[in-house]
Amino acid sequence: MSLFGSLFGRATKTSAPVARDRLQILLAHERTGEGYESDLLSKLQAEILQVIKRHIPVDQEKVQVKLDRGNSVSMLEIDIEVPQIRTPGHP
Amino acid sequence: MAKVLVVTSGKGGVGKTTSTAALGAALAQTGQNVVVVDFDVGLRNLDLVMGAERRVVFDLINVIQGDAKLSQALIRDKRIETLSILPASQTRDKDALTAEGVARVMQELREKFDWVICDSPAGIERGAQLAMYHADHAIVVTNPEVSSVRDSDRIIGMLDSTTEKAKGGGKIEKHLLLTRYDPARAARGEMLRIEDVLEILSIPLLGIIPESEEVLRASNLGAPVTLSSPDSPPARAYAEAARRLEGEKLEITVPTERKGLLARLFKGKS
Repeated sequence: MSLFGSLFGRATKTSAPVARDRLQILLAHERTGEGYESDLLSKLQAEILQVIKRHIPVDQEKVQVKLDRGNSVSMLEIDIEVPQIRTPGHP
Repeated sequence: MAKVLVVTSGKGGVGKTTSTAALGAALAQTGQNVVVVDFDVGLRNLDLVMGAERRVVFDLINVIQGDAKLSQALIRDKRIETLSILPASQTRDKDALTAEGVARVMQELREKFDWVICDSPAGIERGAQLAMYHADHAIVVTNPEVSSVRDSDRIIGMLDSTTEKAKGGGKIEKHLLLTRYDPARAARGEMLRIEDVLEILSIPLLGIIPESEEVLRASNLGAPVTLSSPDSPPARAYAEAARRLEGEKLEITVPTERKGLLARLFKGKS
């Protein structure tokens, strides 16, 4: 820590509480059963894609799945690049 | 009746071998017959840490494959008569470690010794599973660091599901050994505190080994730290942990350097 920092209190927040909180959230998820979550995610991704493909052509490579695990809520984000849809009969 | 202990962690480099050697020596010093068994096939190191590397003739795999008798593979420690080491093999195929073979050797060791301490390899593969399979007690070695705590959590899950005890409906006794702990850094909020790790892993604490230069010195010398510098903080912490393993109820503290006048005068001369 710089002299300035040590003179005027902690310039940086202590890191141990951050480590504890990260571990608690991570392990709460990992303990729910091995591989369960990643299975669920790949299933969700596959089924959601199927539904969308019924209506529009989707490039598998242009699908991005993101997950943010939180303490009480997790966020599953699926980004699908949708090509421009042309009205049939007007190529 | 012999007690079979596994020293395990998931993560490598947290102090499994150091702890196996130190606890084995501390238990053997009380006159009990102790064997430390290296399960790290291909990467054996317990022999080196114990200072027995030049005396290895046969190893665990030789015994499993019937090329040598158990008594031929056991190396008696030169400092403590009641302490033996069973080395792992250096070069052979990991598949040579068979479940039946390990079961047979463990049975024979149970008959010969009061304590059988199995030094697990890192990871969660076969070697680690076989090392823990026959254990009655597990010592989970953990550093106050996120990746080590996470891996310990995984290992605790395995201890509760894939061991012989667990499969028979029983429960393996688990103990946490927190190593490389620095009380000053923990107090400043720079390191996970003991309470944090205990709350996360929720298994009983066997001991706290303070970070110390003596541990490296001991491995340089090829002696368990409990023998090379018995008065050092880590050695005292290991000795107390060994007494707890024997059932003594001792308050858990983090031993610190003894700084008496004499110690200061003779510092560095011992």
